[in-house]
Amino acid sequence: MAGAAALTAVVVLSACGAKTDAEGGSSDAAAKADTSGDTVKVGLLNSLSGTMAISEVTVRDSLKLAIDEINASGGVLGKKVKPISEDGASDWPTFAEKANKLIKEDRVTATFGCWTSASRKAVKPVFEKNKSLLFYPVQYEGLEESPYIFYTGATTNQQIVPALDYLKSQGKKSIYLVGSDYVFPRTANKIIKAYAKANGMKVLGEDYAPLGSTEFSTIANKVKAAKADAVFNTLNGDSNVAFFKEYKSAGLTAKSMPVVSVSIAEEEVKSIGSQYLAGQLTAWNYYQTTAGEANTKFVKAYKAKYGQDKPTSDPMEAAYTSVYLWKAMVEKAKSFDPEKVKAASDGITFDAPEGEVTVDGASQHIYKTARIGKIGTDGLIEQVWDSGKAIKPDPYLKGYDWASGLS
Amino acid sequence: MTLLPLLKGRSARAWAGFAAAGFALFAVAPLALSDFRLGLLAKYLCTAMVAVGICLAWGRGGLLTLGQGVFFGLGGYAMAMHLKIADAGPGNLPDFMQLYGTATELPWWWRPFENPLFALAATVLLPMAVAAILGSFIFRRRVKGAYFAILSQALAAAFAIWLIGQQATTGGTNGLTDIQGFFGYDLNDPVNQRMVYFIIAAALLLLIALARQLIHSRYGELLVAVRDSEERVRFLGYNPANVKLVAYVVAAGMAGLAGALFVPAVGIISPAMIGIVPSIEFVIGAAVGGRASLVGAVLGAVGVAWAKTALSEEFPAAWTYFQGLLFIVALAFLPGGLASLVGIVRRRRSSRATGDAAGDGTGEKTPALPLGEAA
Repeated sequence: MAGAAALTAVVVLSACGAKTDAEGGSSDAAAKADTSGDTVKVGLLNSLSGTMAISEVTVRDSLKLAIDEINASGGVLGKKVKPISEDGASDWPTFAEKANKLIKEDRVTATFGCWTSASRKAVKPVFEKNKSLLFYPVQYEGLEESPYIFYTGATTNQQIVPALDYLKSQGKKSIYLVGSDYVFPRTANKIIKAYAKANGMKVLGEDYAPLGSTEFSTIANKVKAAKADAVFNTLNGDSNVAFFKEYKSAGLTAKSMPVVSVSIAEEEVKSIGSQYLAGQLTAWNYYQTTAGEANTKFVKAYKAKYGQDKPTSDPMEAAYTSVYLWKAMVEKAKSFDPEKVKAASDGITFDAPEGEVTVDGASQHIYKTARIGKIGTDGLIEQVWDSGKAIKPDPYLKGYDWASGLS
Repeated sequence: MTLLPLLKGRSARAWAGFAAAGFALFAVAPLALSDFRLGLLAKYLCTAMVAVGICLAWGRGGLLTLGQGVFFGLGGYAMAMHLKIADAGPGNLPDFMQLYGTATELPWWWRPFENPLFALAATVLLPMAVAAILGSFIFRRRVKGAYFAILSQALAAAFAIWLIGQQATTGGTNGLTDIQGFFGYDLNDPVNQRMVYFIIAAALLLLIALARQLIHSRYGELLVAVRDSEERVRFLGYNPANVKLVAYVVAAGMAGLAGALFVPAVGIISPAMIGIVPSIEFVIGAAVGGRASLVGAVLGAVGVAWAKTALSEEFPAAWTYFQGLLFIVALAFLPGGLASLVGIVRRRRSSRATGDAAGDGTGEKTPALPLGEAA
């Protein structure tokens, strides 16, 4: 009955509006950014409440730092940058709502933020529909190239694949996969299994825990029984605390069975406790200890603004870098217009805290150096290996034969 | 006292209310609000549709339905599955299946949703069928009160976890996103977005009318009787299980329709709309407005959703505290919800006029019972 009403209303629809198959449609529906004044607005879209807040607030702080620095040195194209912050509340439809608000009501010229893949997937159509730009600063599972998103975090061939190469070079012949139950770990593990198959590694087990789960005694015991050479950990957030505590009480150590984590950065080490993590490995593109003058400056500025006890981490660095990359693109394009900014993006470089990064215009990802780190007792991460040069982004892993069946 | 003028007064007021709501939704809102705000209103109205069902099942039937997210999700996924198949075009798999799945063709349980009529019917009938099966087990076994609420919650959690685990066929945590078309109409077009809003507004009014009809029928009386004294109703020869089952199933259908219309309005359905927290949020809207009053529940749901947007835009870092405060104040001082204010004012006025404290005779009763009694 109510369904019938909806159906009737659908019939009413036929009177107006563009059809999906109509050529062009009304593509001018895109909201135009307002760049007429002497300030330009940018959106900061991060979870300031909910489970992701602990991580995403640090990204928001880092974005604000970059904006403050840019404003202090004269702004972008002579205009001051005004950040409008919105709370995605760790809830995907809310992310979509707030993205719409930033574009349509605030008329921002670009938006920075999102962390989880689910939030990025929720806002992707919003940015594409409105032809507005999003700068996404977190490592992710790849297999995506949106024309309106710039990805400044690592894709899989800049983080997961080098981590596997490292394990292989260390003589590890078998691995165990532990992850949170969502898109990134499941996709990452799909890639890892393909890599293992092609490289003679054995995957001895694969376990998922719901996001936020703190019950790990079963998984820790299964890992112990499997006697793998190493564990590949894609757990996210709080679950890591419980997992590493159980890992330790099961009698496993970094020496007997090292864990490589791809979602534990300095901020997380602090909350888990370095006594549980000392000696374990991480895979990122940046650590607070990364050498270089640009990083010294970044760490010093961040601590001066937010407190001496605050560490800097990979996603924070990628967020900071994304604002400077946007500035460089706008200045090269001499326009805030998203289409012109996109056209100008290829080859833009920035002397980032992680080292020099270059934008690959075709994929809208950036060249990044992969780094394996070892967690120290002081809570910082020391680099033990790097890829030597910045790796070209390859979100669909087209350059790897073993990955041909993945997408 | 004759019954006739009373009924007349009641239905006249109802007609006036409908006319006013229709005018506000179809004339004032589209003119006064930007496309963006109208889109948000469409989303709020979807939660109001769920609240109509909650008013019936909880407010009138005493069933604390803490798992409406399940039915909302069933309706939403049924609709989104069809729209994803339609977006992909004949012979193609939806985008996320190509990315995360290994299958080369649609899973068997997706296939019926290719048919638009099946999908449309399923948005309402599927939640109703699930509710009917569940409800007949639950109510026949005389599970009630807190046990029923806990069971509802467990169901919501289980459904959300199941969806997340099936990434290759349900999109996992991401859910079904990036929905482009709605039965052949391009959702990127603001004109079509506006039509979606009108469909939602019309559906909401329809559901309110339906619920009102039920509440004022003999069945409605029976439902309240079951809520207030199930044993007595049983002794009178009725089967309370069936009475409750009808309210539960109707509420599920309403939540399903709400979920289905949420999809074209927002463009996404994900487990984030189904689990424990969203299920509680649906109930909170109705509780703040007044769960036993249709108008109260609907306005409460819209008001709470609107407050969430307004507060979070104004205070992105601290809005959750204000929201919490709002709930505490509303529920501590007005356990019957904002709608009970009307009853209080009316009682005061009539007691002043007649000197009779229990003045009641004009208008409908707004049952203002303390929270615990209903659960």
